[in-house]
Amino acid sequence: MDPEVSAVRLTVWEAVHILSSSEDGGRIFCTLGSLKRYLGATENPALPEEQEEFVRIHFSTFLRCLVSKLSPDWLELLPDGQMEELWASFFLEGPADQAFLVLMESIEGAASPSFCLMKMAQLLARFLSVGRMAAVMEGQCRQQAGPAFPLLQETLLTKVVGLPDRLGNRLQRENLATFLPQNYFPLLGEEVLRVLQVVVDSLRARCTLMALPPSPSCPRWPGLLRLLPVSGPGESLRPRETEAPVCFPSEEVLGVLVPRLTVLTQGSCLWQRVCWCLVERVPDWAMEAVLKGFVEAAPGPEVLSRLLGNVVTKSKKAQFVMTRKLLFLQYSCTMPMLQSLLGYLAMDSQRRSLLMQALKELLETWGSSSAIRHVPLVQQRYVSKAILICLAHLGEAELRDSRDELLASLMEGVKSRLDSSLPPVRRLGMIVAEVASARIHPEGPPLKFQYEEDELTREMLALAMPRPAADGPSEAGPSFAPVSGETPDRETVDRSGPQTGPEGSDSELDSDDEFVPYDMSVDREQRSSKAPSYVRGCLEALTGSEDWERWEAALWALEGLIFRSPAATQEVSVELAKVLLHLEEKTAVVGFEGLRQRALVALTVTDPARVAEYLTTQFYALNYSLRQRMDILDVLTLAAQELSRPGRLGKAPQRGSPDPGSQPGGAVVPAWRAVVEERVRRKTRRFSKGSAGRAPAVGPNEFNSVAGYFFFPLLQHFDRPLVTFDLLGDDQLVLGRLAHTLGALMYLAVNTTVAVPMGKALLEFVWALRFHGDAYVRQGLLSAVSAVLLSVPAERLLADLLDELLEARSWLGDVAEKDPDKDCRLLAVKALLLLEKLRDKLLPLSSP
Amino acid sequence: MAAPPLPPPDPQFVLRGAQSAVHTLHFCEGAQGQGRPLLLSGSLRGLVHIWSLQTRRVVATLDGHGGQCVTWLQTLPQGPQLLSQGRDLKLCVWDLAEGRNAVVDSVLLESVGFCRGSVLAGGLQRWLLAVPGRGSDEVQILEMPSKTSVCSLKPEAQARLGMPMCLQLWQADSSPRPLLLAGYEDGSVALWDVSSRKVCSRVSCHTEPVMGLDFDSQEARGVSGSAEKALAVWSLDEQQALQVRGTHVLTNPGIADVKIRPDRKILATAGWDHRVRVFHWRTMKPLAVLAFHSATVHCVAFADDGLLATGSGDQRISVWSLYPCT
Repeated sequence: MDPEVSAVRLTVWEAVHILSSSEDGGRIFCTLGSLKRYLGATENPALPEEQEEFVRIHFSTFLRCLVSKLSPDWLELLPDGQMEELWASFFLEGPADQAFLVLMESIEGAASPSFCLMKMAQLLARFLSVGRMAAVMEGQCRQQAGPAFPLLQETLLTKVVGLPDRLGNRLQRENLATFLPQNYFPLLGEEVLRVLQVVVDSLRARCTLMALPPSPSCPRWPGLLRLLPVSGPGESLRPRETEAPVCFPSEEVLGVLVPRLTVLTQGSCLWQRVCWCLVERVPDWAMEAVLKGFVEAAPGPEVLSRLLGNVVTKSKKAQFVMTRKLLFLQYSCTMPMLQSLLGYLAMDSQRRSLLMQALKELLETWGSSSAIRHVPLVQQRYVSKAILICLAHLGEAELRDSRDELLASLMEGVKSRLDSSLPPVRRLGMIVAEVASARIHPEGPPLKFQYEEDELTREMLALAMPRPAADGPSEAGPSFAPVSGETPDRETVDRSGPQTGPEGSDSELDSDDEFVPYDMSVDREQRSSKAPSYVRGCLEALTGSEDWERWEAALWALEGLIFRSPAATQEVSVELAKVLLHLEEKTAVVGFEGLRQRALVALTVTDPARVAEYLTTQFYALNYSLRQRMDILDVLTLAAQELSRPGRLGKAPQRGSPDPGSQPGGAVVPAWRAVVEERVRRKTRRFSKGSAGRAPAVGPNEFNSVAGYFFFPLLQHFDRPLVTFDLLGDDQLVLGRLAHTLGALMYLAVNTTVAVPMGKALLEFVWALRFHGDAYVRQGLLSAVSAVLLSVPAERLLADLLDELLEARSWLGDVAEKDPDKDCRLLAVKALLLLEKLRDKLLPLSSP
Repeated sequence: MAAPPLPPPDPQFVLRGAQSAVHTLHFCEGAQGQGRPLLLSGSLRGLVHIWSLQTRRVVATLDGHGGQCVTWLQTLPQGPQLLSQGRDLKLCVWDLAEGRNAVVDSVLLESVGFCRGSVLAGGLQRWLLAVPGRGSDEVQILEMPSKTSVCSLKPEAQARLGMPMCLQLWQADSSPRPLLLAGYEDGSVALWDVSSRKVCSRVSCHTEPVMGLDFDSQEARGVSGSAEKALAVWSLDEQQALQVRGTHVLTNPGIADVKIRPDRKILATAGWDHRVRVFHWRTMKPLAVLAFHSATVHCVAFADDGLLATGSGDQRISVWSLYPCT
């Protein structure tokens, strides 16, 4: 055995022995002082071999021994805290990793709360504050990876990352501020940066020394590289027993790292390479968190590209995260994140193929009809935006190369989107189709859809605009972000805005005051004076007439005439309904649809039984367009609404009264009446002024007697497909409308005797269709259930519909939890709430 | 709180007795400075009525167009001479002096369209007359009373302006060159330099044929109405270029005639929707809608004292006094 080696061992043994037995402060001080030689800090350090042996073999043991001695008495063996200082110096000056491990270990082992624990915690805080954590990491970087190392490293990493949790757990309320995650992780970030700085410096030194271009593979730093990712997904490493609040260290560490790295990598190739290496060696399980953090914190694609390099082409996992996970599986990225992610893919020729690939896959997902049905709208919007950004980044030539493929999936998608019964889905289809077709096939005829402009469309169209090549402010880093370029622009705009105004108002200023305008309310759209005066006349004009002015006038006059002469209308009601239902817009009449609908509603209200019967049979008849069928549904709903309106009778003619401009007679009557009433009021003396207010209008629900005509025929044939009309197949839009209409009719039938059988039939209808694939249909069904709950009296619900309700309840629960459509979930929850309310209403009845 | 708007005005009086639709109106100063001017009206049946605004009766009836509609009436400043254009393809010159009413001359027209002529009274006894010409898109300029054809203004073949629909001859104060504003069937208004026979400028201000225009030569601004639902205001800059200044959307389509009051304060339009609309000329602020007539209003005319006369298919002429001249 080597005598020197054993000398070290002997010294350590002796020291340990003295420490454990002696109570003499001076002796202990001497012993410790002699051991300090091995740490190389004193004026006559031990031989390097001895130092190395001490550090490798004896240091941890010795530290443990020191920890075990820690007590108030022991520390007071020497005055002025000398002992404590000396004691601490071993931890702060010795090899950082071992010191750290022993500290953590003893903190966990110490009884809590105790003097010992607090001392150790304070020491750890000091350890952190003097930057020893960097030494821990640096030590890991320098060491040659031996066979035993990975395990030790794992332990070390676990401890480093779990520190806030562990200490929080041990110290409970006495926790120090340094150990709180919000303070600790930024500190960790700073330390990582310091280590990186050291690495870069050493690399730079080496490069200058060897006059070689810096090669990224030279430094050995697996330990450090792994620290970074470990500090990412803190949760995965957090020990099970901890109860610390959930925190996201990755955000905090990267929040410090990324801005600094952004600045550092700006001019330095070396830093960039270090950064790339760092990211490339992130282990797979941590890749997602790290990349997401980078994407989130980076201010733009340029920075992201500088920080990440070509990691997506080198690491499968990174590629998966960047091109699939963040695009398809998650949809939580904000728009700037998505912009920088896709911009990053577009910035390098090696990565551009990935962008193309991503676009193809995005389009495929976007167009898949099953995705349209089952994916939440938010995600569909996200995918659509991603497509637009991709298109903005891709060049003409690239798009041309795979035009056929792109067009095929685009067209497929547009078709299935336009088929959808949800307007937002259709709108997305239109916007993306317009933009994408213009980009993919610029020579072809442009697609143009009609959709309303709103916030979303404007945002999406803005995304489709190609971004300027480099944006200065984001390049400059977060330290200073001047937006000077923008402000003057806005000012000039502001100034030029009002300038157009004064031109008008200026001339107005000296405008002669004598030009006071007269009342111009008579100036309205002119209508032909040839309007028929009887309902039959209208009927003739609408059927046989070739005189389009008369036809138009008849259409305008019809509603008023129907209300004015109900008896005459009833004679021809069905005939008129037939004419109106088949009426085509032969001239460009403004508001044709509305006029026709109002006339039909008026007709149905005037003669509900016959017209409703006619309309409902026509709903399932052969030769109608979907438009006509949906009109039927609308008319039935509106008419039912009108019929069930309380106090309808008193006010009915008011709607029909023609405007005074076209028919002077109509306007005169109310004026005349008002004048007479006023005169009577003035000349009449009243002795009491009680009950001046008018009682609320009351009357029987007129819908009561006819609700059946409206409702039941609509339920009869929905499962029997015709050649031209297949409710359960392609025509799901009409089915959705039908479900909504039935729900509305049910709701309007409140307080009628027929409500109970209606509710029963409706619940059966709902039950048969409850798993329909179309969200719009399901929405209709859910609102129908709510309508049943609202309209059928509670006692009857329990007596007659109990089974159906129980079944519906479990279904509603399912929908409320699992349905992909947000509105469906909402409606289901509402229906469930109604059920709850129903139960609450019944319970007090039964309990006493 | 703004005061409630004034109720719509009523006509000052109504002239009945034309016995057919009134298609053109013209005020002329009464002979020998009689208090009130005379009003001339041309009817569908080819009669020209001369109304006294004092007695509100017909003073004289002229029958010179063989029962065909009279589309345009104009008096000449020198001597009481009246021009009447009819759809019998004749333009008659009447002598009304001292109670006479005889046709002293007539010009044969070659266009069957509705285009009204225009007159530019130059020297003492000589005046220019613009009427639609032989070719469907031509305007003929005659020197009267010699009836010599000065020139015929024919747009370039590829311009496809269609027929001229309304004409206005005028002369800028600064230059002696006569200019002609013509509204065409395709909805554009063109400015012709008559002496060089060139179109100086053209502006498309309507999508339908221009039915009437009037020009305010002091402000170099004009207004035109067409079969569509809008009035267009255009202006002429120093380079003789027409520019559309703005359009004013109306409630109902169809403007048969537009006139600016001689004091250039207001303008009136004759609408196919039976209404006369009055606007403030400078700002184009709508001032009034006169809903008196029960048929298409064919013509409006302003007297020098600000009186407004409107003639309509309901055979009535209504006379209004709005925003009196100061």
